[in-house]
Amino acid sequence: MGFFIETLIGGLMAGMLYSLVALGFVLIFKASGVFNFAQGAMVLFAALAMARFSAWVPEWLGVDSRLLANGIAFVLSGALMFAVAWLIERLVLRHLVNQDGATLLMATLGIAYVLEGVGSSIFGSDIYKIDVGMPKEPVMILEESIEGGLLINREDFVAALIAALLVSLLWLFFQKTATGRALRAVADDHQAAQSIGIPLNRIWVIVWCVAGLVALVAGIIWGSKLGVQFSLATVALRALPVVILGGLTSIPGAIIGGLIIGVGEKLSEVYLGPFIGGGIEIWFAYQLALVFLLFRPQGLFGEKIIDRV
Amino acid sequence: MKLQQLIRMASAALALFSSLTAPPVLAQAKEQFFPVLVYRTGAYATNGQQWANGYLDYLKLINAKGGINGVRISFEECETAYATDRGVECYERLKGKGGGATVFQPLSTGITFALTEKVPVDRIPLITAGYGRSESQNGAVFTWNFPLLGTYWVGADVAIQHIAKKEGGIAKLKGKKIALVYHDSPYGKEPIPILQELGKTHGFDVQLLPVAHPGVEQKATWLQIRQQKPDYVLLWGWGVMNSTALREAQSTGYPRDRMIGIWWAGAEPDVKDVAEGAKGYSALTLQHGAEPGSKVVKEILDLVYAKGQGTGPKDEVGQVLYMRGLISAMLGVEGVRKAQERYGKGKVMTGEQVRWGLENLNLDQKALDAMGFAGVMRPVQTSCLDHMGSSWVRVHTWNGSKWEFSSDWYQADEKVIRPMVMLASGKYADEKKIKPRTPEECRK
Amino acid sequence: MLYRENGQFKTSYAADQQIFAIAQDRWAILAIIVFALVGVPLLVDEYLFRAILIPFLILSLAALGVNILVGYCGQITLGAGAFMAVGAYAAYNFHIRIDGLPLLVSFLLGGCTAAAVGIVFGIPSLRVRGLYLAVATLAAQFFTDWVFLRVPWFTNNASSGSVSVANLQILSWRIETPVDKYLLCLTILVVFALLAKNMTRCAIGRQWMAIRDMDVAAEVIGIRPLFAKLSAFAVSSFFVGTAGALWGFVHLASWEPAAFSVDRSFQLLFMVIIGGLGSIMGSFFGAAFIVILPIALNQFLPAIGSVFGVSISTAGVSHAELIIFGALIIFFLIKEPHGIARMWSTGKEKLRLWPFPH
Repeated sequence: MGFFIETLIGGLMAGMLYSLVALGFVLIFKASGVFNFAQGAMVLFAALAMARFSAWVPEWLGVDSRLLANGIAFVLSGALMFAVAWLIERLVLRHLVNQDGATLLMATLGIAYVLEGVGSSIFGSDIYKIDVGMPKEPVMILEESIEGGLLINREDFVAALIAALLVSLLWLFFQKTATGRALRAVADDHQAAQSIGIPLNRIWVIVWCVAGLVALVAGIIWGSKLGVQFSLATVALRALPVVILGGLTSIPGAIIGGLIIGVGEKLSEVYLGPFIGGGIEIWFAYQLALVFLLFRPQGLFGEKIIDRV
Repeated sequence: MKLQQLIRMASAALALFSSLTAPPVLAQAKEQFFPVLVYRTGAYATNGQQWANGYLDYLKLINAKGGINGVRISFEECETAYATDRGVECYERLKGKGGGATVFQPLSTGITFALTEKVPVDRIPLITAGYGRSESQNGAVFTWNFPLLGTYWVGADVAIQHIAKKEGGIAKLKGKKIALVYHDSPYGKEPIPILQELGKTHGFDVQLLPVAHPGVEQKATWLQIRQQKPDYVLLWGWGVMNSTALREAQSTGYPRDRMIGIWWAGAEPDVKDVAEGAKGYSALTLQHGAEPGSKVVKEILDLVYAKGQGTGPKDEVGQVLYMRGLISAMLGVEGVRKAQERYGKGKVMTGEQVRWGLENLNLDQKALDAMGFAGVMRPVQTSCLDHMGSSWVRVHTWNGSKWEFSSDWYQADEKVIRPMVMLASGKYADEKKIKPRTPEECRK
Repeated sequence: MLYRENGQFKTSYAADQQIFAIAQDRWAILAIIVFALVGVPLLVDEYLFRAILIPFLILSLAALGVNILVGYCGQITLGAGAFMAVGAYAAYNFHIRIDGLPLLVSFLLGGCTAAAVGIVFGIPSLRVRGLYLAVATLAAQFFTDWVFLRVPWFTNNASSGSVSVANLQILSWRIETPVDKYLLCLTILVVFALLAKNMTRCAIGRQWMAIRDMDVAAEVIGIRPLFAKLSAFAVSSFFVGTAGALWGFVHLASWEPAAFSVDRSFQLLFMVIIGGLGSIMGSFFGAAFIVILPIALNQFLPAIGSVFGVSISTAGVSHAELIIFGALIIFFLIKEPHGIARMWSTGKEKLRLWPFPH
């Protein structure tokens, strides 16, 4: 029993992190109809920037405190992500308005290559450390009520908390601010939004900036867990089933999808894996998403597809 | 005006073209060409570039010391990104350059498998020091492969010996549980047959826990370890998989001193960011550990880095993977030197001649001392039938800031490995319709 | 002036329905094929054969398959690598388990197996569409990766899970030298390309295109989506699977599932989108672009650097290669979102009028 709960919690926490990456996909897809494959590369790029700036800032400015150094690095990397977002809008998306989905998807793959190349030539391709003071050692709780106790990974716990916080902030931003309203209007209907005077280009820059920020937070969390290196870009592949399970256009979908996928893949690997050879979690996640899709082809919370001839 | 521009552009293009096609000015006749397959980008770059730096630095050192009996070494890098098809492209690109490639060392099990099919045709030896196909130790079948210093079967056998010693005798292994956390690829799967064989003989249980490339998602794996509580965990990872495994071990509370890594999971990049969290973790060594104090490293610092010709950052010189690359280069160079003894000193050797040299390699203690490898590695002697040359391994342990040796020398058990090598290589020979070389053919 | 159809009159239906309706096109294609069969083997060195031409031919074949599915039938797939793997491993098993089975038959059976698997993984396409389907096809990719790693039977119980083949032979023709391999791949490619071209011109191809343009409307006018979509999956997988068998047998000779990883799937999709969706010619352009460009960049960047007196490290070259490759993709997509094939046809239009465009 205790072990089952541990697996469940592990799955939920992994799922929270998937949600965070999935959120980046959803934000951009909602506002601009671009399926952004560069999200993984953005996570890598942001994490590399954060790791390197936090190492360089003390050298440049002579700052001693780790908190201050991390803070400055965060601001710098955030600014860098904004610059990247602006450049992407300016140089790529602006020229691809009204193209079909596959072309836009390829363009983002091109962006991913450029980001990976630029990232590793500026920041290097070694393994780097982000140290934001996450607790590493696990704690044991509920030892008296459950046999064997529950081993909780504090790092995952903090990470999940941060992710949850960010998600609620984004929700507030979308629901309560004027910009958020504009974003939702654009998501609903590009032309209608434009006709009432919402500047599409600026909205796209904003949404890519927000996605960049989400990538930065995801990068910091994953980077401090795993170390910052090239493979960070592959987390995007883990987040894809989350996106389609939850629905490409739904923020709650990304969160609930993340939790379902996280729990599903951990439980399958632990309980099903040993019987069929192990290493099944990645395809299991996709199959799980596929099963959901067979019942709801637009994902759990996606907009219903209406066909008109 | 336009015409002028056109002419200017055309002449620039012409200059560019001619510089591309014109052969390098240096006469190539007296240079031994070493192709260098590296990966400095991609998921495994962190580990790959240290190895590559060591490899290149040693070649540069030999040149600084006047070459191999006066024959200078030329070399060229080619980026494989650890991908098999790019590795094959690099091989095709470099095999004919500079008067013919001397020896290939791909540092990837996947590329090794692909090149194993190609080198017999092109007659170029393939050194896979510490990786590649375990059965290629049998030189009668695998004429062109040289898994020098050790194969994964040697590693697995020694890991079990080490566990037995920690437990206080081979008999104590009975009923123990040993988990193998492995990279889900040919590399990670190599040790499985021998571990299962040993498990049957000594009565311990082997648990297989595959981790998908590139190995950043291991939560479920370590939850299983927490549930099953194996007595030991063998870590067969590469690149980011190793550090992730150590972090997950830390966060599930699995004792690090019960984890033993293969020699590709025992270098600085694997542990340095986990630092204290990896304390007590041991890994096998391919004879050498981190050797910043050895004579050969001092020579490299004096003769290569002091002149500003070093390949990588100076503070990485002498680290574990750097040394691995350096020793790999040394083995190739010594193969050439040996071949020159037979085919003419001061001459450029062909791949075929180098193969003879590698097959008759005999680096005794005196030779190693002279080259500056005293204390770094043990003597190596190969033969026509044994392309491995040595199966000695020791263990080192991470103390939170550096690797320290923590065991005596072990030698892999010939009685276990030999039959498996013969069986597997026999199967390969059947499939490929290769007639194994007889001892008479060897003497030629 | 030279390239125009003035004066070429068609007097029969057959003449009107030719693949290459213009005489100049016919001669040009014939000349290219003859040159590829006869001229290239005489002129080209081993490196070009092994490292560029053979991969190019095989990946063109795979891209052709992907283009049938994505370009003609409109079902985006990210699982093409999986079907290559199925083709390769199936052909391997037929090759070693049935003694005396001719090599070409093994290849084709590999393709057929891939087609069967393609139908299975194509079933969701009846319900799921667009980007959802694209991601869903990744399930095929990861699942086959896993199967070939985990089930020892498929790899003939090789301890490492890597398989290899040798001594390829078709009748009495031993395929050893790069020229042999090149000719084998070229022949298969020409036959398959002709097949694909004709399929897209006949009833089934029109059904695919109707489904692509609007599946509901197509259903209304009496096209069965079940048949049209699954047949596209089957034909596409057959092409891709055969290409996979060639990739394993002829190009690599020894392979592991990583040779057909998700990167390969992306690469194939790149080829058809850069080359041109819904164009046979485009598959070749795309394959050439994706195969040759990285290698060319990798070789020429250091040389270009040395002209300007800069020496670029290997790592620097690879990073620059990524950046330039990505930037070129974006550039092409912006300049011509319909792919190189469209550029080609625009060029041909211009050539028709040249040198008097008005």
